[in-house]
Amino acid sequence: MVFREIIETISVWAIPVVFFAVVVTGYIRKVKVYEVFVDGAKEGFEIAIKIIPFLVAILAAVGMFRESGAMDMLVRLISPVTGLFGYPAEALPMAIMRPLSGSGSLGLMSELINTHGPDSFIGRLASTMMGSTETTFYIVALYFGSVSIRKQRHTVPACLIADAVGLIAAFVVCSMVF
Amino acid sequence: MINVIWLLLIVLAVVIGGVTGDIGKVTEGAMNGARTSVDLALGLIGFMALWLGLMRVAEEAGLVQFIARLVKPVMRRIFPDVPPEHPAMGAMLMNMAANALGLGNAATPLGLKAMKELQTLNEYKDQATNAMATFLAINTSDVTIIPATVIGIRIAADSAAPTEIIGTTIIATSCSTIAAIVSAKLLQRLKAFRVETEKNVQNEN
Repeated sequence: MVFREIIETISVWAIPVVFFAVVVTGYIRKVKVYEVFVDGAKEGFEIAIKIIPFLVAILAAVGMFRESGAMDMLVRLISPVTGLFGYPAEALPMAIMRPLSGSGSLGLMSELINTHGPDSFIGRLASTMMGSTETTFYIVALYFGSVSIRKQRHTVPACLIADAVGLIAAFVVCSMVF
Repeated sequence: MINVIWLLLIVLAVVIGGVTGDIGKVTEGAMNGARTSVDLALGLIGFMALWLGLMRVAEEAGLVQFIARLVKPVMRRIFPDVPPEHPAMGAMLMNMAANALGLGNAATPLGLKAMKELQTLNEYKDQATNAMATFLAINTSDVTIIPATVIGIRIAADSAAPTEIIGTTIIATSCSTIAAIVSAKLLQRLKAFRVETEKNVQNEN
């Protein structure tokens, strides 16, 4: 299928192309590529360490929830609804968490990837959902708060429609490609 | 919100685990979860360092400005209320370009500057303008090209193809961005969401 091949080509080429473009542009623009790279890499190290407390909070709580049998009950409860569309019930909590909390949804995504495997359908769907939208409520509160805007008008409904479309699109695209 | 969800997860786990009998497994779940978190985060270090190192080079090379210039013609159409040469336009463009490259630390200050500049164009200072709503809808729909954290976690979890989700993510996030623009433009016309001007309020009474 053509669509599938296009998606796969993008996935395979994206990182090498970005590397090439960045390093060559950097060199032409007289950036000390190696030294600047190392300086930026330090920040990556810090980010990875900084997310540990958030991951521990979510993965420990979800681990307890799963092992107690509560997760099975929840999945049984919602699967008649999600099953109508062929959507895996296990991934629904993450979809709901996505606009609410960035660290929360990152934790849930990590848990799904770890439990079901990164190359399972649920693992791929969770990965795609994570990158398809942002933490809506945090950004809206932060950005409007910074200029003391009280009446947000249609902002939140518009953002949530976009989130819903992104999450549904993630499921549709994953179903088509994987 | 997240406080309540987190609390509920733990309370339900202990209660349901206690009733159904296997409370020992609940302890195990907590410990395994904690250990997995550290494994994943440590496994994430390599790729995050690699990617943010590269993105720092991109920043220094002026790629943020380059992407900003690339999308400028489109942005003029999306934000007809913002004069093309106004600083608000520049800040919004830079914010989106930084977001596209996944430079979260650089994107937030630019986004806040964009809001400050948009506020100078605002007649009713306590109410959002159409441009603000559209800007935030685009911003929260996430325009990232390479979802670096997701790829890093996949590498840490020993994925056979950690980058295979780049293509699906780009499609999904494009859909959400288009939906953001369309829904913001449609909703701004609704009476329920209009700006409350003195004239509007008087007509109502």
